[in-house]
Amino acid sequence: MARRSSTRIASSTWRGVRRAVLAAAVALLLAPAAGAVDPTQMPTPELQARYEGLTHELRCMQCQNEAIADSPVDLAADLRRQVRDMLLAGKSDQDVREFMAARYGDFILFRPRFAPRTAWLWLAPGVLLLVGALVSWRIVRARTALVPLDNEPLEEDVSR
Amino acid sequence: MNRFLLPAGIFALLAVVLAIGIKHSPDKGIIKSPLLGRSAPQFSLPDLADPARTVSSAQLKGRWYLFNVWGTWCGECRAEHDMLLQVQRSAEVPLIGLDWKDDDTQARAWLTQLGNPYDVVAVDRSGRIAIDWGVYGAPETFLVNPQGIVVFKHVGALTPEVWMRDILPRLPHVAAKT
Repeated sequence: MARRSSTRIASSTWRGVRRAVLAAAVALLLAPAAGAVDPTQMPTPELQARYEGLTHELRCMQCQNEAIADSPVDLAADLRRQVRDMLLAGKSDQDVREFMAARYGDFILFRPRFAPRTAWLWLAPGVLLLVGALVSWRIVRARTALVPLDNEPLEEDVSR
Repeated sequence: MNRFLLPAGIFALLAVVLAIGIKHSPDKGIIKSPLLGRSAPQFSLPDLADPARTVSSAQLKGRWYLFNVWGTWCGECRAEHDMLLQVQRSAEVPLIGLDWKDDDTQARAWLTQLGNPYDVVAVDRSGRIAIDWGVYGAPETFLVNPQGIVVFKHVGALTPEVWMRDILPRLPHVAAKT
């Protein structure tokens, strides 16, 4: 009994330590994200969420593999301000995307639009999945056809 | 025989896709401007020489011009400056400057010191007009026709090659001569 309660205490302190370590790790991970690249605060949480969504899906044209949300360069700051101003002016997310694409081209959109030119980009994964499913279905069918032959000796063993 | 047909087919298809990708990859990271063939963006900005006056796109209608985006903070702009002075001396097409996110005093000092190749320089302190032009790295140069349509864009320092190959032949009075 006594032994049992001591293990319980030990496990609960262990759990506490583990929780503290986990919390510290999470805090460390989040620290750079909360860094000074973009301190913009929108007036409402809804606008803030839309602002953050948009700034993460627009490419920084100078650094090209970074979103404008994460880039410290001047132009990214200008584009973030543009996004903020447009959202504050009541523009929709689609308005912002179209505004940017009209000036910088589709390249600025990390998530390409569905257009005749980009259709294969969106459809290829589905087509490949179908091809894969077809191939695996054929393989499975070919293998199932073999099963009765393989099983014959086993069945004899069981009946014995 | 049949066993190898499918993998070989897939390989060939992949090779074609990659070849197309390589052929269409942007030249040295330069992105084709969606502005080409469309109207140049409207603007009305202070004149660098006299900020009380304005430079507007309306004043530029009806003639060919080169729209050059620069700033004193931009190293490549220093590199192309001599070429801009040559363009001015050739008198083939007027140069309109856009001083992008710069300090007016420094910009005026730069032009006094190095020579001023521009007919007029518009000042875009906030960078708002540069966004309309899709500018992502100075220097950038746009060729605009009398209808106000952007017919050519060059990103990076203007070189004699670009001038001879891409700009001069597009000017009708030059093209007619040759």
